[in-house]
Amino acid sequence: MMSSALLPWYILLLPLFAAAVIVLLTKSRPGLSSFISVVAVLASFAMSWVVFATPNIQPVELTWIDLKPTFYVPFGFVLDDLAKTMLLLVTGVGAVIHVYSLGYMRDDPGKSRYFASLSFFMFSMLGIVVANNFVMMFIFWELVGVSSYLLIGHWFERDSAAEAAKKAFLTNRIGDFGFMLGILMAWVATGSVVFTEINHDLARITSYPGFLTISALLIFCGAVGKSAQFPLHVWLPDAMEGPTPISALIHAATMVAAGVYMLVRIGFLIEASAEALWVIAWIGTITAVMAALIATQQNDIKRILAYSTLSQLGYMIMAVGLASGQAAMFHLFTHAFFKALLFLGAGSIIVMLHHEQNIWKMGGLAGRLGITFLTFLVGTFALIGLWPFSGFFSKDAILALAYEKDRAIFWLALSTAFLTAFYMLRLVVVVFFGKPRSDRARAGFEAPWVMIGPLILLAIPAFAAGFSFIARMFVQLPAEKEAGWLVPALALGAALSGAILAIFVYRQRESDPINLAPLRKRFYFDELYSFLIRASQELLAKLSAFLDRWILDGAAIRGASTTTWGIGSLLRLFQVGNLQAYAFLFGLGIVGLIYFTVFR
Amino acid sequence: MVTLGHYLIVSGMLFTIGFAGVLLRRNIIIIFMSLELMLNAANLSLVAFSRFRVTDGLPNYNAQVFVFFIITVAAAEVAVGLAIIVALYRARQTTHVEDINTLKF
Repeated sequence: MMSSALLPWYILLLPLFAAAVIVLLTKSRPGLSSFISVVAVLASFAMSWVVFATPNIQPVELTWIDLKPTFYVPFGFVLDDLAKTMLLLVTGVGAVIHVYSLGYMRDDPGKSRYFASLSFFMFSMLGIVVANNFVMMFIFWELVGVSSYLLIGHWFERDSAAEAAKKAFLTNRIGDFGFMLGILMAWVATGSVVFTEINHDLARITSYPGFLTISALLIFCGAVGKSAQFPLHVWLPDAMEGPTPISALIHAATMVAAGVYMLVRIGFLIEASAEALWVIAWIGTITAVMAALIATQQNDIKRILAYSTLSQLGYMIMAVGLASGQAAMFHLFTHAFFKALLFLGAGSIIVMLHHEQNIWKMGGLAGRLGITFLTFLVGTFALIGLWPFSGFFSKDAILALAYEKDRAIFWLALSTAFLTAFYMLRLVVVVFFGKPRSDRARAGFEAPWVMIGPLILLAIPAFAAGFSFIARMFVQLPAEKEAGWLVPALALGAALSGAILAIFVYRQRESDPINLAPLRKRFYFDELYSFLIRASQELLAKLSAFLDRWILDGAAIRGASTTTWGIGSLLRLFQVGNLQAYAFLFGLGIVGLIYFTVFR
Repeated sequence: MVTLGHYLIVSGMLFTIGFAGVLLRRNIIIIFMSLELMLNAANLSLVAFSRFRVTDGLPNYNAQVFVFFIITVAAAEVAVGLAIIVALYRARQTTHVEDINTLKF
């Protein structure tokens, strides 16, 4: 079976090949570039289906770094059910969004660059999915960061986009540093970076609980950065400066889910430490609640969705922290569809309103953007967890888990569900109903088919992916618990009450009746961080300026010259230049000499 | 009766006059002459020592030989010194030591 052994390689390398061809050959022909990129991702998608359907693929493995016995890094693939599902998810959502981009970026001057970066992103993301060791995963992890940087800053001539790209990159760097330290600790303890071997030698770490906890938490740092969890969440809302398809693909469906995927992949390591699990669960919970609170007061349609993404990622991290990778993956799976759908819907609104993103300048779009409206509604219902949309099932799985393991987390998660329904219905009511609040909103019309098609394609799994008979084909569902009717009823009640409250509050409004400054200002995180950075930098700068100016320049350099000069000017007072004065002093000296030698 | 003491007193007076001349006079030629005077004061005391230190009826000639050396060296010194003074005068148009002070800072 030579062909199936090479198939994962083709899936991985096709997008890279496409990116290389675009950059090297077809950069000046945007139409051809986009065609190459779309074909590459469609081919990868098709081959992912083959891989998915073929059991027991033994991919060819290369040796990358061989310093046996201390250090050995293969370039190998892991193709378990988890990776196969992620392959399908990434290439599937990726393919839809590639097609959508054809419409969204139709007249963009940087179209070739955009598609090259997009293909490069696909390559990096697939690398994370199939990596079978930490080093390989870390490399692809960083490549994903690079492509995210390139795509956020696609419209780099706008200052805000360039700043957002930098912010995303630097914030991720903090998390990645922890990730690297965690990898090194795991390697020190087990002597291997390959997941299966670490799992095999797990006893060598678990016998040192403190070491294990620190190592697990450091690895979790990587996920905190990439999945934008509190306190490193600040980059994701700003990342919405990128083109909307990018927000949908990278900053909602796939890349930010990489952190969750990575945690599930190394679940054996994390679940060995109860302390690490506790921290992870609470970080996820805090992120979920905080982001949902902030989302209720945002006015930019993409920012609302960004905070919603944060909140849902918080759910997934919470599930990981509650030691259920299955629940996390289930939610990741459904979330990828409905969040990509919501972003693409927002994108088609934005592009038809000539890049207007403020929801208070929209209104009454339900009639004119019919299909967008309907698909957006499907995404919304899935997100807030209405039965029988997909989000209901996956969120219910997490809630049932929390109900069973930690009641405090359960109530917070439930209130997050309430808030989720509130802010999503606020968005829907303000954007689609009421009277149009600007000329652009009055003139809006439906997007072209190349953009509407992907919406319909995504609406189907957003609706149906949660049914257990469908989901079971792709993800391992968490075992059915005895939670009974209570948890689903509470979740549904929270969602419905949030939705009804939002409709009641925001119906027929011209501006936001609620104004809560801390929420509107996103809990002042950006201000706090910039203050901290400025304060610490200023302190450091002052300290080093003091050292340079006074210690180095003042004492060491000028001090030496001043001392020499001072002694010199003291000594030259003796040099009167008068011959007879010298002679007199000379005589005096002789007299003194004689006095001391003869008379003493 | 003239004794060694008288000679030494005269020699000391000559030396003092010479030294005072070196210190106090401003004309460099006078200073130069005063220097010679100091050399001759030393010569006088040496000759006096020679004359008054008699062994077996003969004076001690070592001191007189020393005096000849001093006279020779002084002659050479005068030749060099006067040449310097002439050169100095040509350069500065003065023989006053107060005007020659460029070694000062």
